[in-house]
Amino acid sequence: MDLDPEDVFKDEEDDPDNEFFQQSESSKEYVVYLVDASPKMFNTTCPGKDQKDEIHFHVSISCIAESLKTQIICRSYDEVAICFFNTREKKNLQDLNGVFVFNVAEREQLDRPTARLIKEFDCIEESFMREIGSQYGIVPGSRENSLYNALWVAQALLRKGSIKTADKRILLFTNEDDPFGSLQGAAKADMTRTTLQRAKDIQDLGISIELLPLIRLDEEFNVSVLYSDLIGLDSEDLAQFIPSAGQKLEDMKDQLRKRMFTKRIIRRITFHIVKGLSIQLNTYALIRPTVPGAITWLDSVTNRPLKIERSLICEDTGSLIQEPPKRFQPYRNENVKFSMDEISEIKRISTGHLRLLGFKPLCCLKDYHNLRPSTFVYPSDQEVVGSSCIFIALHRSMLRLKRFAVAFYGGSSRPQLVALVARDEITTAGGQMEPPGMHMIYLPYSDDIRDAEEIFPDTEDDAPRADKDQIQKAAALIKRIEMKDFSVFQFANPALQRHYAVLQALALEEDDIPETIDETVPDEEGLARPAVVKAIEEFKLSVYGDNYDEENDHLGKEKVGGASRKRKEIAENAAKDYDWADLADNGQILLETLG
Amino acid sequence: MARNKEKLVLLLDVGPSMHGVLPEVEKVCSMLVEKKLIFNKDDEVGVVVFGTEETNNELMDEVGGYENIVVLQDIKVVDGDLIDILKKLPRGTVDGDFLDAIVVGMDMLIKKYKGIYKGKKRLCLITNAIHPTKDSLEGSKEDQVGTLAVQMTAQGMKMESIVVRGILSQDANKRIMDENDRLLSIFSKKTRSRTVYVDSPISLLGALKTRRVTPVTVFRGHLELSQQMKIKVWVYKKTQEEKFPTLKKYSEKAPSTSKFATHQVMVDYEYKSVDDSSTVVPPEQRIKGYRYGPQVVPISDAERDAVKFKPEKGVKLLGFTDASNIIRHYYMKDVYLFIAEPGNTRAILAVSAIARAMKEMNKVAILRCVWRQGQQNVVVGVLTPNISQNNKIPDSFYFNVLPFIEDVREYQFPSFNSFPASWLPNEQQQMAADEFVQMLNLAPSGKEEALLPEFTPNPVLERFYHHLELKSKQPDAAVPPLDETLKRITEPDLELDFENKSVLDSLCKHFELKENSKKSARRLLPEKPSGSNGEDGNGNVSDARAVDSIGQEPVVKIEKIGDLTPVQDFEVMMTRRDNPEWVGKAIREMRDKILSLLTNSHGGDNYLVAVECIIALRKGCILEQEPGPYNNLMRYLYRYCQEKEISTFPKLLASMDVTLISKSEAVDSNFTDDEARRFLDKIKPEPKD
Repeated sequence: MDLDPEDVFKDEEDDPDNEFFQQSESSKEYVVYLVDASPKMFNTTCPGKDQKDEIHFHVSISCIAESLKTQIICRSYDEVAICFFNTREKKNLQDLNGVFVFNVAEREQLDRPTARLIKEFDCIEESFMREIGSQYGIVPGSRENSLYNALWVAQALLRKGSIKTADKRILLFTNEDDPFGSLQGAAKADMTRTTLQRAKDIQDLGISIELLPLIRLDEEFNVSVLYSDLIGLDSEDLAQFIPSAGQKLEDMKDQLRKRMFTKRIIRRITFHIVKGLSIQLNTYALIRPTVPGAITWLDSVTNRPLKIERSLICEDTGSLIQEPPKRFQPYRNENVKFSMDEISEIKRISTGHLRLLGFKPLCCLKDYHNLRPSTFVYPSDQEVVGSSCIFIALHRSMLRLKRFAVAFYGGSSRPQLVALVARDEITTAGGQMEPPGMHMIYLPYSDDIRDAEEIFPDTEDDAPRADKDQIQKAAALIKRIEMKDFSVFQFANPALQRHYAVLQALALEEDDIPETIDETVPDEEGLARPAVVKAIEEFKLSVYGDNYDEENDHLGKEKVGGASRKRKEIAENAAKDYDWADLADNGQILLETLG
Repeated sequence: MARNKEKLVLLLDVGPSMHGVLPEVEKVCSMLVEKKLIFNKDDEVGVVVFGTEETNNELMDEVGGYENIVVLQDIKVVDGDLIDILKKLPRGTVDGDFLDAIVVGMDMLIKKYKGIYKGKKRLCLITNAIHPTKDSLEGSKEDQVGTLAVQMTAQGMKMESIVVRGILSQDANKRIMDENDRLLSIFSKKTRSRTVYVDSPISLLGALKTRRVTPVTVFRGHLELSQQMKIKVWVYKKTQEEKFPTLKKYSEKAPSTSKFATHQVMVDYEYKSVDDSSTVVPPEQRIKGYRYGPQVVPISDAERDAVKFKPEKGVKLLGFTDASNIIRHYYMKDVYLFIAEPGNTRAILAVSAIARAMKEMNKVAILRCVWRQGQQNVVVGVLTPNISQNNKIPDSFYFNVLPFIEDVREYQFPSFNSFPASWLPNEQQQMAADEFVQMLNLAPSGKEEALLPEFTPNPVLERFYHHLELKSKQPDAAVPPLDETLKRITEPDLELDFENKSVLDSLCKHFELKENSKKSARRLLPEKPSGSNGEDGNGNVSDARAVDSIGQEPVVKIEKIGDLTPVQDFEVMMTRRDNPEWVGKAIREMRDKILSLLTNSHGGDNYLVAVECIIALRKGCILEQEPGPYNNLMRYLYRYCQEKEISTFPKLLASMDVTLISKSEAVDSNFTDDEARRFLDKIKPEPKD
C-alpha cells in the first residue's frame, strides 16, 4: 500500500532501493532445521558470556529462535520446519524412530513462521526432556539409524512445492563428527553407505544440506570422517570449512547466524571501465534500514482487509478524471504543462550502466559526501568471463594506492555520481567480518550540499578557537569515555523491537506486552565513575570557568518558553550579531519566555 | 516576510578573456533566476556587467570614473525578462576592473535599500581576475579594499566570488593574478564573503548555488556529554537531496480559456471492503493492521500510542571510539551538521576543543539522538570533527547515522584468494591496473579536483529548468538534449583519456573478456566459482545439482518453453546471453504460453499456472526494461476477459496484486505508478447488483 498516513518511521526518508527488500513470494525458501538432540549435545558446553558455559543444544536452539524472529519480519514467505533427531519420543509422518518434528497449533509442519511457533519454541528447552527426551539413536546391535531417519523425514517435509519456485535447504546442527563411531565392521560400513546414499538422493532432488557444526574447545570437528562426503565438500573446501577448533562461542554463533541466510543480488550491472572493456558486477544491499512492514487497513467490524480506491476529481468542474492527467508547474504567470513521457525523458540522461570516470585519493571522500546507504558490488564471471580478474586487479591497485574510483551510475530513478571504495576482506575466527569487494557510495551534487556553518559568523571578529589547555582537557575526557570494542551494529533498534514485541503479544492475544530493552541509552553508571566525573569537571572548568551553572540556568529558563514563535525570533536574530548575555541584560530573554 | 527576501546584484566580467566561459555564465545565471521564479518569487536581482565598451552606471554620472561598467538591469523583482537579459550577455571589448564593479554593485544596494532593509543583501562576482585593477587615488589598493570590506559588513552585505582560472583563463601575468587573489582574500577575511576558484566549465556551473534554501534546524538543545555537562548546539542538515520538483496534476476538464479555472486535481480516497466493493467503509470503522508473519494484527491508534516506543528528546554521548572502528560505507543517510549555539562563546569553545582533540587523536564520538519530542525512534550515529579552515567560521561536527543490527545483512562472499589462479591477475596485469589507477587521476596535485561534489550540479535538474523555460515560450517545445557541459559528468573525460591513451591501451591489451557462452544459471542467484570457501561451496551443491535435475545434463540449454515448467524455462531463457535474441524469443513464447493456457482452460484449472507465468513475465520484462510486451498482453487479456465474461481470472490477478509495469519500474512504460495500479481496479469486473 502506498498510502501510509502514519508511518512508524516517519522521519526516515524513502529509500529508493527499498523495493528490493520487500520479499516476494517467488524468492522464498523452504528450510528444515534439523537439530541433533543426543545426550552429547546436552553434555558439551562451550564458554559463553560472563564465563558461563552454554550447552551446545542451547546454542543451536537460540540460533534458530533468532533466525525465526528475523524471518517473520523480513522474509515471512519463507517456510520452516523444526525437526529433532536422537530423541526418545518420535513424532513424524513416517513414524520413524528417534525423530521428532516440532510444531504448534494452526500450522502445517512446513509452513510460514507464526507468532505462536516463535513463542513456544522460545521455551522449548523447559519441556524438552519431559516431552521429547534425548536418546542417542545409533547403538551397536540395533539396526536403527537416527541420522538416516532424520534425513528421510526432512526430505519428506520438503516434498512440498517445486524447487523451481523455492530454495530448499536442510540445516543440520550437530556436534558429533562421527555418528557411527560406536559401530564396527560391516554394520558400520553398511550404515554409512545407506546414509550417504540418502543424502545424495536428497541433493539430487535439488535440496541442499548444510552442516552447522558445533565445536568444543579441546576437540576438532573432523569433517572428513563422514560429513564431507555427506554434504559433498571437495578437498579444497575442506580446509576452510571449519576455521579453527576452539573458537569462542560468540564467534560460533556469529558464523551460524551468517550462514543461515542466503545472499541475494539486487541487480546485475555492467561496469564500463574504458572503451571496449566492460565487466559484469552484481550489486548487493548489505546495509538498508529495516522498517516495520506496511500498514494494511482493516474493517474493524469484520477484521477483513480493505482496498483503497483512488479517484482524481477536477476541482473546477467536479467531474471524475479517467485518463492520466498531465502535470504542471506554475512559472512566469502561467501553468507550464508536462506529460509523463516528457518527465521521464528529462530524467533519462544515461544508459543505466556504471561508467568509470577516474580515481581520487581516499582523502577526497569527505564525511559529508553521503546521501543514502551504500551498495556492495562484487564481480561476476557468469556473463562476461574475465570480469573477476580485472575487478580484482583494480581492487588491489586501489587498496595499495589508497584511491577510490569515481563513476557515474545512470539508473533511472536518480542518475548520479558514485564513489567505489575498495575494501579488503577481514576475517576473524568467527568467519568473514568484511567481505572483499567495493562499496558504492552515492555522492551528492552541489545542489544537495548546504553551507549552514557559514551562515552565522557575522562579526568582524574571528571565531573563538579552543586553546591548547582546553584541547588537552578534552583529550583527557575522550580517553576516559572510550568505547574500545565498538562495532557498528551492536545495537538493536529499540523502536523496531518494541513494535514487534507488541505485535507478537497481540497476535497471541496475551495481556502483557514483554518489556524490550533500549540498548542505546548511555551507560550512566560508567559515566558516574569518579575518574570520568573528574575528567568532565576539568574540561568544563577549562571552557566555562565558574560560569557553567549560570549558563545552564538560563538554558533551563529558555526551555520553558520553547514555542515555535520564539524559535522564529531566534531565526530572525540569527543572521544578526547577538549574544546571549546581551539579550539577557536587555530583558529580551524574559520577554521571549513569556511570549 | 521581507527578511526572507534576498537582494542580489550579479557582477559579471564580460571582458574579452572571459568570452570563452560566458555561455556557462549565462546558463548558471539564468538557472539562478529560473529557480527564483519558482522558489523565491519575491527576491530582487540586479545585473552589472564590466569589461564593456560602453559605460552606464550612476556612479560615473555622479562622481566620474567607473568606466566600462554597464548596469544591464536595475535591481528589481525577478521576472522572465531578467532571464532573457542573462541569456544574451553582451561580449565586452576591454579588460574589466572587478574592484570598480564591486563598488558599483554596493552603491546600487545601498542606494536602493538605504537603512530600510535588514534582510539578505548579496553580491555575486564572476570574473577570472587576471587583469590589473586601477590604482586608488589615496592609499594602497589593500587599504581601499579594507575600506570596502568594512563598509560591506556595516551594510550587512555578503559577497560570493567565483574566480575562473586554470584551463578556462589564458596564461596571465602571475604577478597581477597574485595581487588580485590577495585583494579578494581580504574580502574573505574581513567580510562574510566566500571566494571559490574553478577551472572547469562543470564546476563553474556548480560553484554558484542556484537555489537558496533557508536552513532550518533539525534540533536545538544540549549535546549531553554526561549528566553534569551539556553543550548547547544547533543541528542542521549538511546534505539533503534536492529532489526533482513535484509537479501538480493538471485537469483539462475546464476550458483552457476560462479565467477562473484553477485546473487543479483533487485526489479522493475510498476505503472499500475487499469482498464487497459497493460499500465504502467510513473512517471510524477502519483500523490499521500490521503484518506479522502470515497474520495481520489490528491495532488501533489509541492502543498503539499507549504501547509504542516513546523516547525522550535529547542528544546524548555514548562514548568515543577509534575512527577506524567506523567504516565509511556504514553511513546510512544524508549528513547532519552540529554547530555550537551561535553567539555562545563557551559552547563554541567546548565544541572546538572536543573537535580538535578528536582530530588529533583520530577519534570519533557515538551519539544517540532523538531530535524531536514525540519522535518514535532513536538514531545512533557517528560524530566526526570538522575543523574550520576559515578564521571566521567556528569548528563544528558532522554527524552520520549508523545501522542497527536489524539493518545489516551479513552475507558472506568468497575470498579472492580462494579463486582459481586463472581468475587472478598476473604480474603484468597487476602492473597495467596499477598504472591505470595511478594515471587516471581526477585530483592531480596542483590542479583543481575534477568532479568535486561541491561543484558538480545535478544535470537532470538543469535539464528540467531549461525545458521549463523553453516551454514557457513555446508550450510544445521538445525536451532539450542534455547540456553539453554537463554531459561530461556522465561520461569519461575524453581529454584525460587521450592524455593516458597508452595506459588505457595497455589495460585493454592485458585483460581479455569474453561472453560466457555456456551460461547455466538456474535463476538470479549468486554464481559460485569452484574452489570457493566452505559456506559457498555448500550452496554450490544445491545450485549445480538443481540444474542437473532439470536437464539431466551438466549444461542446460532450454530453447523452448515447455508445458511442465514454463516459469522455469522462461527464466533460463531470459538469462541466456549467448545470443541476444533469446530474450525476445522467451518473451514471445511466454506470451503465447499464457494465452494458450487461458484459452485451453476448463473451469479455470489453468488459471493458477497462467498467473504464475504472468508474474514471471512481468519480472522478466522489468529486468530487461521491456515493459511493452507485458503491458500490451495485459490490456489484451483485459479485453479478452470482458468479451468472454470471465471474472474469476481477473479476480485472481487482482488478488495477487499483478499490476501493469509502471514508469518507475521500467522507464519506457507509459504508465505511472497510479495508473499501473488502477489497472487492477479496472480489470476487476463490475459488481453485478
